[in-house]
Amino acid sequence: MALALLILGMAAVTFLTRGLPIAILSRRTLPAGLGRWLRHIPVAVFTVIAVQGTLAPTGEFHLSLGSPYIWGGIAAVVVAWRTGNVFLTILAGLAGLWLGRGCL
Amino acid sequence: MAQERAQAAWQSAPFWSGVRAALPLLLGITPYGLAFGLLGPTVGLSAAGTVAMSAIVFAGSSQFVALGLLQSGTSYLLIVLSTLVVNLRHLLYAGSIAPYFRRLSPPRKALASFLLADETYAVAIAHFRRPGASPAPEFYLGLGLTVYLDWVLSTAAGLAVGGLVPDPTALGLDFALPATFIGLVVPQLRDRAAWATCAVSAAIAILARGLPGRLDILLATLVAATVGWGVETWRSRS
Repeated sequence: MALALLILGMAAVTFLTRGLPIAILSRRTLPAGLGRWLRHIPVAVFTVIAVQGTLAPTGEFHLSLGSPYIWGGIAAVVVAWRTGNVFLTILAGLAGLWLGRGCL
Repeated sequence: MAQERAQAAWQSAPFWSGVRAALPLLLGITPYGLAFGLLGPTVGLSAAGTVAMSAIVFAGSSQFVALGLLQSGTSYLLIVLSTLVVNLRHLLYAGSIAPYFRRLSPPRKALASFLLADETYAVAIAHFRRPGASPAPEFYLGLGLTVYLDWVLSTAAGLAVGGLVPDPTALGLDFALPATFIGLVVPQLRDRAAWATCAVSAAIAILARGLPGRLDILLATLVAATVGWGVETWRSRS
C-alpha cells in the first residue's frame, strides 16, 4: 500500500514536470538562466549516489584501499571514462569488487 | 468518425517513421531497463512494484535514484521530492517541444507529456528542427510509445534474470547500482562546469552524509548544480 503511494507520488511529480509546460506554454520557453541551471542537475544527483555507494556501502565511510568497494569504484571509473558504456561499467565495477574481495 | 480519425493517425506514416527512429535508441535503453529489473529486488522492491514503477513513472534516472534512496532507507516523501528535483529538467524539454504539440487533442497532449524522456526529447526535437522535415506530432508518439514498451519489457526481463540469482549481496550486486551511476556521470564530465558540479557534489556527499531524511542528497544537488551554473556563466562571460 505504502509502495503504491510512493509509485503514484513519483508518477505524479514526474508527469507534472513534463505536462505543465506543454499544457501552458504555446510559444514561450523557459528563461535561459533557469534552463542552464537545470542542465547541471543530473551530474549533481548521480555523483552523490555513486560516491556514497562506493565510499560508504554500508552507511559508514571506508576511505581506505582495504575496502573492496573502492576497487570496484576505480575499475568502474576507468571503464566509464574509456568506453562511456554503462553496461560495461557495471561489469567492470563488479569485477573490481570481486578482485578486491579475493585479494584483500 | 472520431474513431476513424484516431485510427488514421495511428496508421499514419509519421507514426511509423517515429517507431523506426526509436529502434537504434533501444540499444541504449534496453540495458538500463534490464539493470533496473535486476536491481529492484536487491533494495526490497517486489516484482510487481518494480515493473509498476517502470510502467507508471517511466523516468529512468529518477527510478535509479529512487532505488539508491530505498537502499539507504530514505522516507518515501523524500524520494518523491528528489524525483521532483531530478525531473525538473523535463520542464526545459517540455517548454521547448510544446509548440510542436499545439494541434494535439488534450488526451494526446497528456500522452505526449507522459512519454517525454531524455531520449525521446532529444530525437524528436532534432527531427522536428531538421530543415524541410514536417514536424508531425505523430512521429513523436510512435517514437515515445516504442521507447516506453521497450522500457517496461526490459524491466520485466531483468526481473526474470535476477530471479535466477539466489543471493545478490554475496555476488556484490549491491554495488551494481553505484556502478550504474558511475557509468552515467563519468561520460558527462566534458567541461569545467560539469567537473565543478561533480566535485562539489562529491564533497557534500561525504561531508553531509547522515543528515536526517537524506537531506544530504537534496543539499548536494542544489548547491552543486548552482556551482556548475556559476562556473558556466562565469566562463561564458570571460
